[in-house]
Amino acid sequence: MPDAKTPRDEDDDVATDVALDTADGAMAPSPVPASSQGGTIPHAAGGSLFRQIVTGNAMVSVLSVLLAIVLGGILMAVTNPRVAETAGYFFARPGDMLSEVFKPYVALVQGSLFNWAGADTAAQLYPITETLTVSTPLIFAGLGVALAFRAGLFNIGAQGQIIFGALFGAYVGFTWHLPFLLHLVVVIIAGLVGGALWGGLVGLLKARTGAHEVIVTIMLNYIANFLLLFLLTTPAFQRKGSTNPISPFLDQTALFPELLGPQFRLHAGFLVAVLATVFVWWLLNRSTLGFEFRAVGANQSAARTAGINVPRAVVLVMALAGALAGLAGIAQVSGTEKYLSGGVAASIGFDAITVALLGRSTPWGTFFAGLLFGAFRAGGVAMQAQTQTPIDIVLVIQSLIVLFIAAPPLVRAIFGLNPRKKKNATGGHGSGTGSGATAGGKIESGAATA
Amino acid sequence: MKLELKGITKRFGSLVANDHIDLVVEPGQVHCLLGENGAGKSTLMNVLYGLYDPSDGEILVNGKPVVFKGPGDAMAAGIGMVHQHFMLIAVFTVAENVALGNEATKAAGFLNLDETRRKIQAISEQYGFDVDPDAMVEDLPVGVQQRVEIIKALVRDAEVLILDEPTAVLTPQETDELLAIIRQLKADGKSIVFISHKLREVKEISDTITVIRRGKVVGSADPSASPTELASAMVGRSVSLTLEKKPAEPGDATFKVRDLVVVDQNGQHVVDGLSFDISQGEVLAIAGVQGNGQTELTEAVLGVQPHVTGSITLDGVELLGKSVKQVLSAGVGFVPEDRKVDGLVGTFSISENMVLDLYDKAPFAKGIGMKPAQIASHAEQKVEEFDVRTPSINAAVGTLSGGNQQKVVLARELSRPLRLFIASQPTRGLDVGSIEFVHKRVIAERDNGTPVMIVSTELDEVLELADRIAVLYRGKLVGIVPAGTSRDVLGLMMAGVPEHEAELTAQKTHEGGTHA
Amino acid sequence: MSTTTTQSGSGAPAGNSPGHTGKPGASRLVSWKAGIGLSLLAILGTILFAFMAGPKSAGFGIAEASNTGASTLAAWITLILALVISAGLGYLWFVRRSGTGSGYATVPRWIPACTVAAVIALCLAALGVAKVSKITLESGPVGWICAVVLLALAGYSVFLTQAKKTTPRWVGGVFATVFLVGFLVWIVAHGNDAEPAISLAGLIAGSVTLAVPLVFGSLSGVLCERVGVVNIAIEGQLLLGAFSAAVVATVTHNVYAGLVAAAVAGALVSLVLAVVSIKYLVNQIIVGVVLNVLISGLTSFLFSTLLTADPDGLNKPGHLPPVDVPFLSDIPIIGPILFHQSLVGYLMYIAVIVVYLGLFHTKWGLRVRAVGEHPQAADTVGINVNRTRFWNVLMGGAIAGIGGSFFTLVSVDAFSKDMSGGRGYIALAALIFGRWNPIGAFLAALLFGFADNLQSVITIIGSPVPSQFMAMLPYALTVFAVAGLVGRSRPPAASGIPYVKG
Repeated sequence: MPDAKTPRDEDDDVATDVALDTADGAMAPSPVPASSQGGTIPHAAGGSLFRQIVTGNAMVSVLSVLLAIVLGGILMAVTNPRVAETAGYFFARPGDMLSEVFKPYVALVQGSLFNWAGADTAAQLYPITETLTVSTPLIFAGLGVALAFRAGLFNIGAQGQIIFGALFGAYVGFTWHLPFLLHLVVVIIAGLVGGALWGGLVGLLKARTGAHEVIVTIMLNYIANFLLLFLLTTPAFQRKGSTNPISPFLDQTALFPELLGPQFRLHAGFLVAVLATVFVWWLLNRSTLGFEFRAVGANQSAARTAGINVPRAVVLVMALAGALAGLAGIAQVSGTEKYLSGGVAASIGFDAITVALLGRSTPWGTFFAGLLFGAFRAGGVAMQAQTQTPIDIVLVIQSLIVLFIAAPPLVRAIFGLNPRKKKNATGGHGSGTGSGATAGGKIESGAATA
Repeated sequence: MKLELKGITKRFGSLVANDHIDLVVEPGQVHCLLGENGAGKSTLMNVLYGLYDPSDGEILVNGKPVVFKGPGDAMAAGIGMVHQHFMLIAVFTVAENVALGNEATKAAGFLNLDETRRKIQAISEQYGFDVDPDAMVEDLPVGVQQRVEIIKALVRDAEVLILDEPTAVLTPQETDELLAIIRQLKADGKSIVFISHKLREVKEISDTITVIRRGKVVGSADPSASPTELASAMVGRSVSLTLEKKPAEPGDATFKVRDLVVVDQNGQHVVDGLSFDISQGEVLAIAGVQGNGQTELTEAVLGVQPHVTGSITLDGVELLGKSVKQVLSAGVGFVPEDRKVDGLVGTFSISENMVLDLYDKAPFAKGIGMKPAQIASHAEQKVEEFDVRTPSINAAVGTLSGGNQQKVVLARELSRPLRLFIASQPTRGLDVGSIEFVHKRVIAERDNGTPVMIVSTELDEVLELADRIAVLYRGKLVGIVPAGTSRDVLGLMMAGVPEHEAELTAQKTHEGGTHA
Repeated sequence: MSTTTTQSGSGAPAGNSPGHTGKPGASRLVSWKAGIGLSLLAILGTILFAFMAGPKSAGFGIAEASNTGASTLAAWITLILALVISAGLGYLWFVRRSGTGSGYATVPRWIPACTVAAVIALCLAALGVAKVSKITLESGPVGWICAVVLLALAGYSVFLTQAKKTTPRWVGGVFATVFLVGFLVWIVAHGNDAEPAISLAGLIAGSVTLAVPLVFGSLSGVLCERVGVVNIAIEGQLLLGAFSAAVVATVTHNVYAGLVAAAVAGALVSLVLAVVSIKYLVNQIIVGVVLNVLISGLTSFLFSTLLTADPDGLNKPGHLPPVDVPFLSDIPIIGPILFHQSLVGYLMYIAVIVVYLGLFHTKWGLRVRAVGEHPQAADTVGINVNRTRFWNVLMGGAIAGIGGSFFTLVSVDAFSKDMSGGRGYIALAALIFGRWNPIGAFLAALLFGFADNLQSVITIIGSPVPSQFMAMLPYALTVFAVAGLVGRSRPPAASGIPYVKG
C-alpha cells in the first residue's frame, strides 16, 4: 500500500519492530531483536530520562530476572513440605516459614557468589570461581549460537558441535604426546576444527539445498551423540581395561592450566572465553565478514543484491559458530572433565540457546548471560546438596527469564510500566513526511551495539 | 446504495492520516478519489472496509449509521474491495478463493465448491469474464486475477465496489477493458469508488472526483477539468507535468545484451532472446506490464538469476557468469524494484545501508577491518547531499518514509563512479516531490555520460525519462521505439502487438474516432 | 547436454552458466537429485545386499496362532473384499487413464494410493488364507534380485533426467520398497542364530505402537504450521501431556480423566505459545525452544520433589488396555497390527482422518489454510487471522497432549524425567517429511516408528551394524529428506511470520 509507512497503533512498538524486521510480512523474522541488528529504532520513549530508563531494555531485563526468580520461589515454596508445615504457625513465628522459603535462594547465592560460612578466604571465594568455571563452556557455546543468530540462522545444534569439538580435541589430547602449551594449542585447534566441521555441514546443507537449519541441527545433535557413544565403544577411544564407555585421561600437557591453584577448578579456559567474546564483538561490529553475516541475517535478499555471497556467508558463519561451540567441548575435556564420556556436553548446547537469547545475541550480552546462567548452575548444585531442591528449578528460572525478556510488553504490563500511557505524543515512528521523528530513539543505541 | 462518510478521522499516534473526511457516493456513480501516494486514500478505504477503526467520524449506509468491526461487516453491508495488491491465495483455485470467507457448505461444514463454481460461471457469463473456476490462481495472468477479485466482491452481492489503484498492473488495453467492466457495473446500479493518481483514467471514467491531499479533502473537481488543474489540486502547488531535460547526446554503445535467455524454476523462458544496446549518455526505458520479464532481465544483469544464457557485455567485458560483487565492481549501479526487500536492510542504520555494497572497499574498509568513522562521515555527507530527512544517521532505515528510503538507495548507488546505471521502478509509491527528485538525479547521471536503463511499468515515467523505449512482452522484445512514440502505440506494443502493426492499428482507431 | 539441466531449486544461485547459448525452447530444468541419489543408494544396496550377503537365510514370521475359526473366516472375507476393491479401483484407474489420453492429470490422486493399499491388503489376506506362518528367504538370491531392480530403477531415473523428464513418483516408491526388503533380508540374515528370524507382524505392530506419539505430535505440527505458526514446542506438549495424564489418572483413579488432562495440558503449553507469539509477536521458534526447556525443567522438578516423594499417590496411573475390534482384529496379520490397539491408538486413526478431511474438505480447513498462506487476504474476507491462529494452536496442543498420554497410560505405567526423549522433534521431522499433510505426516511417523522398532529387534537378534547406527537412522533419514532427496515441497507461505494488521 502506498502509505505503508504510516505507523500502526500507538501502543505497538513491537508491531513496528516486527514490520521492520519482516519488511511488512514479506520475510520470516530474524531470531535477533530488531534493536540489536544495527540501526536505532526510535521507540518514542519520550518523557523524562527516568521514564526512559524505567521502560528501556535494561530495566526489562532486570525485571524479567526478578519475575522469574519470584515465580521459581513460589514453585519451590508450594512443593516444599517444610513450607507447608511452617505455614501452619506462620502467625506465631513467621520467620520460620520465610526462612524455609528463602533457604534455596540463600543456598544458591552461597553456592555461586560468596560463601560467608566458609572456613577461610579460599573457601569463601570458592563459589565465585565455580561460577566462572561453569560459565566458560556456556559462554563459548552461547557465542556460537548468538553468532549464527546474527546471520539469521537458528543454530539449535551447539550440542552436536560441542560433542564434535570434544571428540576431536580429546582424541588429540590423549593420543598425541606433545610438549606443554603446544599440546594445548593443538588440542584447541582440533576442537575448533571438529566444531567447525559439524557446524559447517549445517551451513553447507542450508546453502546448497535450502534444508531448514532448525531441523538439520536437531537431527545432527542426535547423530553426533550416537556417533560419540559408538566411538566410545571402539578401541581407539575406550579407556584400556575399562568396560565403561569413557576415554583415557587427556595428557597433563593438553589441559588448561589452573588459574588459582589446585584447590580451585577455575582454569585458563575462562580467559580464552573473554578473548573469544572480544573476538566475536570485533568480528560482528568491526569486520567486513561480520557485516556480511549481519546483512544476511537481517535481509538475505538485500544482502544478495548488494553483492554479498550469501551461501558462502551461511557456510562460514555456521563453521565459525560450530568452532566456538567446539571450544566449549574443549573447555570440558581440557578444563573440567579431563576425559571424554557420553555426557561430555551435558546440556550445555541447549543452555547456550537461552544464554544467547538472554544476551540479545550481542557478544557482551551473551558473555554476561553466560555468567548469570553459570551462577545458576553452580549455585544450583550447592542448592541441591544443601536444601534437596532439585537443580531442575534452574531450568525453569532460566527459561522464564528468556521468555519474559523476549516479550517486553508482557513484563511492562505485569509491572504496569507501559511507556505509552503517560507519554506525550512525540510521533517517534517515522511519519509520512519523515521529518516528524524525534531524537527519542537515540537513547537505546548504546545498549543495542554493546 | 448510498454511502456517506462523515468527518472520518484516522490517527496513527501523532500522525493524522485522515482528517475529517466527508464523502458521499451516490448509487450508480463512479466516484474517483484522486490523490498522490501517501495522501491517505488507502487509509480511508481501509477504514471504510473495516480494516481500520476510525478515530472519529461515522459511516452511513442509506442514511443509517453503521459500525464495521471488520471486513466481514463491511461486506455484509454491501461493500466490496479490490485491493491494489490482490488478496488472492496463490495455491488455491479460483473457486476456493471466491468461496473463502463466504463458503457454501454441505452437512458438517464440508465445502460445497460446486455451488461456488455455479456462481462464478453465472457472473462470468453476465460480464463476459473468461474465468475457469478450477484454475490455480498462481497460473493466471494479472488481468484475470483482477477479475477474480471483482467476482469475489460480486458473489457477496457488493453494491459499492472499491477499486484501489486497479490499473497499476494492467496494460493500457487491459485498462480499457477494465473501464468497460466498470461502466457495465455502473449500468447495473452498482456504485464504484475508483482510487487512482493517474489523471487520464480518472478523467475518463469518473462522474465525480474528490481530491485528497495530506489526509484532507481539498475539494472536488469535475471530470472535464484539465490535467494540469487536477494535478496541482492533488499536489497542492502548480506542477509542471514534464521534466526539463536536455536532449540526449549519446556516445558509444558500451552496454550490449545479445540473445539473452533466462529460464525460471519451472523451465519457462521468462526472458526470451533479448538483444539491445545502450549508449553512454542515453536513457533506455524498458516498458511493459509487470511480470513480462523485466525483473528477470535486471536480475540477470546483476547476476542473481541462476539460469541465464546469451551474452551481456559492459565496456567489452562479459558480465554473464560473474558474481554480483564482480558486476557491481565493474561499475554497475543498481536500484532494485522492491527497495524494502532487495534494496535496504530495514533494521540496519542509514550509515550501514549507505555502504551496503561498498562495505569492503576503500575507504570504508582495510583488509577485513572496517572503518566506522569513514562510514559515518560518508553517511553524513550523503544525507546532506540527497536531502534525506532523518533524525540521525544511526536511525534504522526502515523507519524512514518511502521517499527517504529511496533516496538512501540512490545515494548509495550513485556514490561511486558508474559505467552503467539500472533503476527498476525507481519511483514506485513515492510522492510527487520525491518523484521529481529521483527523476532529476537519473537525468543528471545520464548527463554524466553513463548509460542508463530504467525499468518502469508506469507509462508516464517511461515517456518522461526515456531517450529510447524498449517494450517487453512475455520475455520477448516487441520493439525499440524513439522517445516521442504515442501512448496508443506503446500500449498496443505492451500487449504484444509488433511495432508497425501497432502504429497502423493506432492510426486506424484515431481515424475511426472511437478512441476516447 | 545442455548446461541448463542443473540442480534446480538449490537455494544458492551460485552464478550463471557462462558463455553457453542454449537453444531457446529446448531447455527444461530437471533436477539431477533424484537420479544421483537413487544411483548412490542403488550402488550401496548392491554392495550390501548382493556382495555382502551372508550365507544364511532370513526368516520372517507372519502370523501368530490365533482363534483359527474366526480368523479363517475373516481372512476369506478380507480376501474377497480386497479383491473386489482392488479390481474396481484398478479398472477405474485404467479407464480414467486411457479415457482421455492425457495421462495422470485425469486420475484423481487417491486412486493409485488406494489401489496399492488394496493390493497389499489382498496379498496379506492371501497369506492368511493360505495359513502361511513363516517366510524364509535366501539372502544371496534375494539380495541379487533386489540389487538388480535397484540398479535398473536408478538407471531409468538417470535416463529420464538425461531426456529432460522428471522421475515419476512411483519409481521412488518402488525403489524404497525394494531397498527396504533387501535391507531387511540382509540384516536379518546376519543374525547370530543358525537360522535367524524375526516376527514381521510383531515388527510392524510394534512400529505402529511406537509411532503413536509421533503421529499425534506431527498432527499438532500440521495444525499449527498450516495456520502459520511454527510449533517447535511439540516436545513440551508431549511431555506435559504425559506428566498430567500420570498425575491426574493417579489422583482420580480414572485413566480417562488422565487422557482429558493430557489434552488440557498440551493445550496449556499451546496457550503460552499462542499468547506470546501471536499477541506479543515473539519469534515463534524462540518461544517453542524456550517452552521445551521450561516444560522439561518444570516436570523434572515436580517429579523430583512431589512424584518421588509420593509415587503411589501421584505417579501410579492405571493402564489403558488394548481393545480388540470385534471381527476386524481376527483378520490375520492386518488385524493384530491395526485393530489391537489402546484407546489412544484408535484416537490416532480418528485424529488423522478428521484432521485430513477437516483441512482439505471443510470450510474451517479452507480458512485455516488461507490464514497460513496469505493472512492479509484472509483478513480482507472477514476472517479473524489471529483468532484462527490462536484456536488452531490450542487444538494442536491438545492433540499433542493426548499423544503424550501414550507414554504414561499405554507404554510405561509411570512418569519419569524427560520421558518423551526428543520424540517431539522427530514428530517435527515427520511433519516436514510428510509435506505438511496429515496423511503424509502419519506415514512418515510410521516410518520413524519402524526404524525405531527395527533397531530394538535387530539388537536382540544381533546384527552387523552397531546399534548406535541403527538408532541414528531416523535422524539421518530426516537430514536426507530435508536436504531434498525425497523431493521438495513448500511449507505454508506465512509459516513463522507473525501477522501485524495493517
